[in-house]
Parts: sequence; structure tokens; C-alpha cells
Amino acid sequence: MPNYRIHKTEYIDETKRVSFKYDGKTYFGYEGDTLASALLANGIHLVGRSFKYHRPRGIVSCGAEEPNAICQIGNKKDLTEPNVRATELELYEGLEASSQNCWPNVKFDIGGINNFISPLIPAGFYYKTFMWPKSFWKKVYEPLIRLSAGLGKSPTEPDPDIYDHKYVHYDVLVIGGGVSGIIAAKMAAKNNLKTLLVDDKKILGGSTIYQNNESIKIDDKLSSEWLKNEIQEIKRLSNLTIKTRTSIAAYHGYNFLLAKENLTDHLPEEKKKNKIRQRLWKIRAKKVVIATGSIERPLVFNNNDRPGILLSNSINKYLDYYGVTCGENIILFTNNDSAYETSISLHKKGIKNLIVDLRKSASSELIKQAESLGIKIYFNHVVTNTFGYRKINSVEIMKLSEDGNTTVGDKIKLRCDCLGMSGGWTPMVHMHTQSGGKLNFRDDDQVFLPEENSEDQISVGSCNGDFDLENIIDKTVNKINKFLDIDNQDFQDTNVICSKENDKRNIWLLPNKIPLGKTKCFIDFQNDSTAKDIKLALKEGFRSIEHVKRYTTTGMATDQGKLSNMHALGIIADTAGVKMGTLGTTTFRPPFTPLTFGTLVGRNVGKFFEVVRKTSIHEWHVENNAEFENVGQWKRPWYYPKNAENMHDAVQRESKAARDSAGILDASTLGKIDIQGSDASEFLNRVYTNAWSKLAIGKCRYGLMLNEDGMVYDDGVTTRISENHYLMTTTTGGAANVLSKLEDYLQTEWPELDVYLTSVTDHYSTASICGPNSKKIVNKLFPNLDLNDESFPHMSFKEAKLENINCRIMRISFTGELSYEINIESKYGHSLWKMCIAAGKEFNLTPYGTETMHLLRAEKGFIIVGQDTDGTMTPSDLQMDWIVSKKKYDFIGKRSLYRSDTIREDRKQLVGLLTDDPKEILEEGAQIVSDTKSKPIDMLGHVTSSYFSPNLNKSIALAVVRSGKTMKGQKLIIPMENKNINVTVSDTIFLDKDNKRLNA
Amino acid sequence: MFLINCPFCGERDQSEFSSGGEAHIVRPKQPTELSDDEWAEYLFMRKNIKGIQFERWNHAHGCRKWFNVVRDTSNDKILSVYKMGEKPPVNYK
Repeated sequence: MPNYRIHKTEYIDETKRVSFKYDGKTYFGYEGDTLASALLANGIHLVGRSFKYHRPRGIVSCGAEEPNAICQIGNKKDLTEPNVRATELELYEGLEASSQNCWPNVKFDIGGINNFISPLIPAGFYYKTFMWPKSFWKKVYEPLIRLSAGLGKSPTEPDPDIYDHKYVHYDVLVIGGGVSGIIAAKMAAKNNLKTLLVDDKKILGGSTIYQNNESIKIDDKLSSEWLKNEIQEIKRLSNLTIKTRTSIAAYHGYNFLLAKENLTDHLPEEKKKNKIRQRLWKIRAKKVVIATGSIERPLVFNNNDRPGILLSNSINKYLDYYGVTCGENIILFTNNDSAYETSISLHKKGIKNLIVDLRKSASSELIKQAESLGIKIYFNHVVTNTFGYRKINSVEIMKLSEDGNTTVGDKIKLRCDCLGMSGGWTPMVHMHTQSGGKLNFRDDDQVFLPEENSEDQISVGSCNGDFDLENIIDKTVNKINKFLDIDNQDFQDTNVICSKENDKRNIWLLPNKIPLGKTKCFIDFQNDSTAKDIKLALKEGFRSIEHVKRYTTTGMATDQGKLSNMHALGIIADTAGVKMGTLGTTTFRPPFTPLTFGTLVGRNVGKFFEVVRKTSIHEWHVENNAEFENVGQWKRPWYYPKNAENMHDAVQRESKAARDSAGILDASTLGKIDIQGSDASEFLNRVYTNAWSKLAIGKCRYGLMLNEDGMVYDDGVTTRISENHYLMTTTTGGAANVLSKLEDYLQTEWPELDVYLTSVTDHYSTASICGPNSKKIVNKLFPNLDLNDESFPHMSFKEAKLENINCRIMRISFTGELSYEINIESKYGHSLWKMCIAAGKEFNLTPYGTETMHLLRAEKGFIIVGQDTDGTMTPSDLQMDWIVSKKKYDFIGKRSLYRSDTIREDRKQLVGLLTDDPKEILEEGAQIVSDTKSKPIDMLGHVTSSYFSPNLNKSIALAVVRSGKTMKGQKLIIPMENKNINVTVSDTIFLDKDNKRLNA
Repeated sequence: MFLINCPFCGERDQSEFSSGGEAHIVRPKQPTELSDDEWAEYLFMRKNIKGIQFERWNHAHGCRKWFNVVRDTSNDKILSVYKMGEKPPVNYK
């Protein structure tokens, strides 16, 4: 097996050998390696196939920007993760990784045929090709595309790992632990500011930590040595927290940031167990220093995507940090000085290399150093082609014309096994723009830079476009002192010697003798979009960068265009003949690198996913086989199946029992608002449509609450407990909103009213007993309570004691039956319920759930706000004009009841529907029409509630129908998929119209 | 995610609050006297400007108090908070 690890470094522990599997084969690396560095040490460049053409692709970079080396980690159904960047994944014992997007394997991939038919798959191919026939989309095209596309596989079973969230507050947050970040953190922390420094790598130091060029020195030391001392120093600062393996995912307004900390991803399998895998930090910082650095740009030339072509600086990091060389005969292709550092480093380790430089000449210290070492430099030359299928084996270079638009002279073919490319540097402005910051364009070296106009955040170092070390340190120190309003002297005398870049030449799309249509000049490696695609999009009329991006999919892969966006912009600007700065950029959206769902969700999984509210009687319902329904956050019994009954049978039985003898409902979830104060009556007058002043103490009244637009908002019964004390009930789902709305009016419109509102929903449990035998059961429970109809009629209230416990008993009904609601302090709710059940045994007292409750009230024509109403129904639409006071001068929504729109006669209005076939049950939501012949069919309304009534032995329904009030007796049609159902419009009250049962 | 300085509780995360739209829209004292257009003006018409806006916020998951906020909608900076019934700060008019 080849070994490309050619020297020892302090970051690789060669005493700790680590075995791992890649595509099923076992390899070895060392502690300190990433998966990428370990693969390269084993001579492996080829790590995947490209998305569209399935071209062989190799490792390109050494960090978060990696477009190609993304792999699937693990192979268990619950523990596998796609799209992990091999350049960021730290190697651990037992790691199993595989390449993605290839079949049967990465070396021989059937999809590779796409490369040869690529003229047939241009930009927008999918949009253009799969348009017709229309019927093919669902059954043929989509399944085929889904089979051949896709990056990796999702786990199919729940994630067993543990994730965590943490909130923190700091004076200063520093993002990035390179030279400028370390300086900023030290200055802040030493000036008594509570500081957090985060960096996504395992160790601090950025790219300076492995810098070993003799011509770059700080205080007479190698820059890396100087930096190591600084790191040792800041680790001792007490008010500085350092978090490595932590990357900022999102930067929101008001300096609220999300960071992901990796805690166990680098540990061997057995050490990961029962530990938190990742932690999401929710950070509030008074000030934020962005020191995220910059990433190297590739160059755009023909066949620039072969395995063995890397970013030049990444070659340097693999060499000086990991001790691994990416080849034995390397060519560096550059337009700037940084590739010379790589060249000199390679040269010192004895690796043969030469430089192809776009620039006509260059004269900095670094270039002189390279020249003096005898490194061959081809100035004013360009790489025009590369060769080698699974790995590069040679390049072709040509001389550039004076203006750089064409190539001249003869082709020179050079053999190599690795090509480094450096197209300059792109500042990482993601954090700045995510926070809302604007960008300015610097023509000099074609970079977008943060516009400084915030008091709360600042960018320093190379993410701010300062590229040489002297500049970085000087500017960082001055800016941080000013930004934090401190006067730190730590770096005042720091002496920096470094090479200064003097010459620049940028060409976004490099010239070539071959016509562009026959080249493959890749811009976005992961999504396989080329310079040709961008030009085609422009030719087809796309102008906005956002449109070109979506049409060509440039920058839309998992790397979000970290390497490709600038080139796409540059080529668009050149082609369209506009200045690049005027084009703007695409939007930088969070997250910076992909996050796992686990990290976002944290501990809110399983039973902690959502808050659940249970009544104090809940356990009884569970013991008695209740099926539950979610109502808001409440768990409410839906029905209680007996002896393997289905829902229909259970509901029919429960409904019949409630009307024939007695039923009991847990009504504890109804919203309850305690209203007290000398203006309580006046307040109710203003919020309900009906009059309240004359409600006697001890009496109850049903009320309808509107929105200011006149539409029904909530309903419920309110009881006058004493002169200045009412208890309001609301719908279960509307309780919180009603309270909030009432508070709004009290605090903002009517602050003069003496009224206090308290939510008491959870304070009381409610057992509602209904049916002809309910009075007998209540009598058994409260033998001393006078239940006589004269002294305790319908819609009245009494207090009574159950043993020694106070109860509030309301004789009110939602079913149309004689009915009592017993309220007791919640802690006694369960006991009360059991006593009711025991007392009711001889009367077949039947517990019923929400479904039966809905059926019973529908028989009686009582509405459910939210089911029979949808925020567009006035009281009149509901045929409830009787509840709107004509005498009251004002109440919420009154004025809206006679707006031109609300008095229209042809509004949708609530009606009853009876099916011609009494056994036919309508579907809720079904459309209602009067005529199915004339097209388009006129829709008149829809069914809102529908049940089979066991008490009437026929199907009943409520519906909203245009002009429904005037349609009683009229025939209508419910068109269903396979038939039309004939119905007749009826009254909304189906049972006991004269309230005999209620007052029985 | 805003930090909102509740005038009763102090600085809290936005997730504790709910927004109540434009401030200083007074409910007419005599709605029945208004024409449809005048009532619609109160009911529906809101400024929704880019720039300095006066808004109502409710500390829904805190003290439940409503209060007013001056916010620059172009950059989401909250410039001032004041209690219900207090006069809006004049320097932002």
C-alpha cells in the first residue's frame, strides 16, 4: 500500500494508529487525522462521483468548503449520516465511511455514461425535458430521477443519540480562532469582558498554526511559534471561554447566534455511548467579533475537476499539518502569491513541484525565495486542459495573450500526479450578511467585503479582506480597541515581517483554444454546473443572479456554493458586460454548514416533543380504555370502546345512553376565566353581544363573543357568582386567546374599568352529568341540595358541599338534556368523578367522549365555534340573531354587523341538512351544489358537522349554504367521487325544539 | 430574535412576547356614528411602513402587560419602549 505520509508533525500522533473502513476496505491512519488526510496518506484521491455527469471526483479542500469528499457515515438504520465532509470528520477507531452517488462502486459507476451524453443534458435539462407528456411526470420521470439522483441515504429509524441545548450570555463573542480571533479574544478578556471564543476545528490557530515559512515572522519567531505562545496565554485567562469543534450555524438579529458543538463525533464507537453527541448553543452576545477568515478560490479551466486537483493551500495544510503529500510531482497553478508558500514548503520536504502563474511577473519576497530555490515558474501561462480519468496524470499549458483573453503559442504538456490551484481568496462574509450586514465590492482583488456600520459587530482579519499578517495584526488591534472602547497595549510592540503581494491578475473564465461548448470548465463541482451552463442561462434571457443560480443550480448543493459563487458572479458580470460589484450576491442563508435535525430538536423528542395537558381525571379515562383526541394541548377522551367496539358503535351506544338514562363527560378542559371587580357587569356588556347587567346572582347565561370585524370568535356560559364576581367559560381551544384579547381591551381601550381577569382553567375539574336520570344521581351525591326545578332551574348555579369540599354546581346543558356541571378543586377531581360513577351505576351512567358530545349537541343544533364557524360567520349567518342585543349602544364587533358586506342577504348561512336516504352519512367538508349540469358548477357551501343520530335514527348534518336561511325545504346535491347525494335543507334544530328535555 | 425591554420586567427574549400591530389606533368612542368607510379605516387600515413604526407588544409569557414599542422596521432596532397611556416619544415622529 502506498504511503504518502512523508514526515512527522506535532498534530499527528503516530503512536496511536487508527483503523477505519472506507467503501468496505480497511485502512489505517493516526489520531489527529481527518478522514480526508487519512485517505490521502493512503494515496486515495477518488472519493465520489459528481451529481449529474457522474464524473470521478477527488478531495479538493481541507475544510467546510469541500464540495466533493462528502460521504455516508455508518450503515445502521438508525445511525447513519449522509453528506458528511471527509475534510472535517476527525478519524476514529471503527469509523465506517462510504462514497455517495455511485453504483455499483466509485471506480466503476454506471451513471458515468452521463458524462458522454452530457451535450444532451444542458442547464435547465430537467425543466426542458420532463414537461410532457404531463401524465409521465408522476409515474415515470419523478421515480426515475429520484433513483438516479440523491446524495446519500437518510436513516430510516429514530436517531438514538442524545442532543442538548444550552443558553449563554457573553459580553463578547469571537467567531474564529485564527490569528485575528485570538488577538481579539485576548484583548477583550484581559479588559474584563466576559468572552467566548469559538472555532470549528479541533485546535485553535487557523492557518497560521502550521505556517513555517522563514520569511514570515512575528517578534523574530516563526508565526506559528508566536501563535502557540499566545494560545497558551489565552487559555489561562479566567473570563475567556474557549469552545473548539464548535461552529456558528446562524447569526440572527440582536446578536443572537446558534452554534453547534461537536462532542463525540471524533470518539471511537464505544466511547460515544450515553454521551451527548452535539450541543446547540444559543448565544446572546453584547458584541460580536467575526474572524472567520477566508477560503481559497479554485480556477475555472477545462477539466478542472479531476481527482488529484486540489486547492493549493489545502495541499500545504495536508503537508505541514498532517504530514501528508498529495502527490510526488505537483504543479501549482495560481494567480497570486499564496501558492508560492505551498511550493516552498513542498520543495523543503523534497517534493518536486513547479508553478504556472497567470501573472506576467511578480516580485514579492516569496517569489524571490521560490526563484532562489530554483523552483520553475511559468509566468503568463494558463492551464488549458488536464488528463487522466481516475486521477490526473498531466496538464497542458499555454501562454496568455497580452490582454489575457486568448492563448498564444504552442501547447506545453507537463506530467504530474497532482495539481494545486489558487484563484485568490474569498473572505467568509457569511456571518456578517446573515446578521443583516451589507457588502461592498473591492475591485482591486475582486472581493466582497463587510460594510462597517454596526456598533454591535465587527469583522477582522482576512474575512475583512486583510490578507497579509502585518496588516491583519495591526488592523485587528486598532479596530478591537475602538470597537470595545478599551485601550489594550498587549500587541502595541508586536513586530511583523512578512512578504507583501504586489501583483494581481484575475480572470474568472480562463481562455482556451477549444470552443467553450466542448469544454468542461466546472464552477460548482457538487452540482456539476459549468461555465457553459452559466453562459447558456444568460443567452436564454436570465439576468438576475438569483435566477441564474436556480436555473443552473450553481451554489445550491450541500456546500452552498462556498467555492463556486464568486466565479458564477464573475462570469455573469463579464458576459453581461457589467461591473461585478453592481450585480450583488445571492443571499447567504443559515446554516453555514448542514446541521443534523437532532441538534435542532435537542431534548424535545418523544414524550418531550410537545407539552401535553391532562385533566385530573385522566388516569380514570386511561384505565377505562378511552381513546384520546388532541384538543389544543389537551388530551380529551374521544370515546370509550367496550368489548372491541369500533368508534361508530361506541358513539352510538354512548349517545343513546345519555338521552335514555344518563351520561357523564369530563368537561375540565373548558377555559375558565374568573372575572372580578366593580365594573365586571359593564365589561361583559362590552365583550358579549347580549345584555348582562340584569343577570341575577346565581344565574348563568350563554354568551357569544365577536371580533371587532363582527365575526363569531368564541362562546360559552358565564355565571354570576356574586355582585361583582363572574365565572366565564370559553371553548377549550380558545381559552388562551380569549384571555389575551380581553386583557388587551382592558389594558388599552378601557383602562378605566375596575376589572381583574384570572385564568382558573387548571384550578377546577368539571364533571358534567346529563340525561333524564341526572337529577337522581346528583341528588345521591348531594342529598342536602334542593334540586327542585323552581329553586334550581335551567341556567342557574348553586354551591354545595361534597363531604367537606366546596363544589360549584351549574345546571347548564350542551347536549339538550337535563344536565348538571359539578366543579370542584382540581385535586379532588378524580375522587369526584369516581363518586359520580359509583352513584350513577344503578342508572347506567355512561362516560362519553368528545365525539358523542359533538353528536348530541348537533342533534340539538348547538354550534361549535371553530367547526361550524370559520372566522367568517356573523351571529346572523348562524341564525342566532336572538343573541344580539338591539338595545346596547356598543359591544365588540357591533358596528361591523351592519357593514355593507355583513348585511348581504347571500352570505353563507348555517342550515340543517337531511339526506333523502336516512342511512347516508355526509362527509364533513363536502361541497354543496344545486345543479351539476351547467359548468362550471356553482359551489353553494359545505358540510360543517355530520353524524348518524341514534336518537332520531337518521343521518343529520349542519352546513353553511349561500342564502341558506331562505332555502328551507329545498333540495340540494352533495357531489361525491362516485355518486351524488340528495339532501333537503332543514331547520338546524333536529331534536326537542321546545326544550322539554332541558326543563324536565 | 429581538431583545425586548418590557417596561415592567426588563429585557427578555422575543419568544416571550406577542406582537399586536400598529399602536395609537384608538377604538372610536361612538362606532354607531361612523360611516362604513370611517369604520373600515379604524378596522382594517394599517400603515406598515419601512422605517420608524410605533407598535403594540404584549409580554404574553411574562407579566401579560401590553405596552408600546418604537421600532425601525428597516433594521429591526427597537428605539424606545413605553407604557400604555403614556405619550409616544416625540423625537421619533
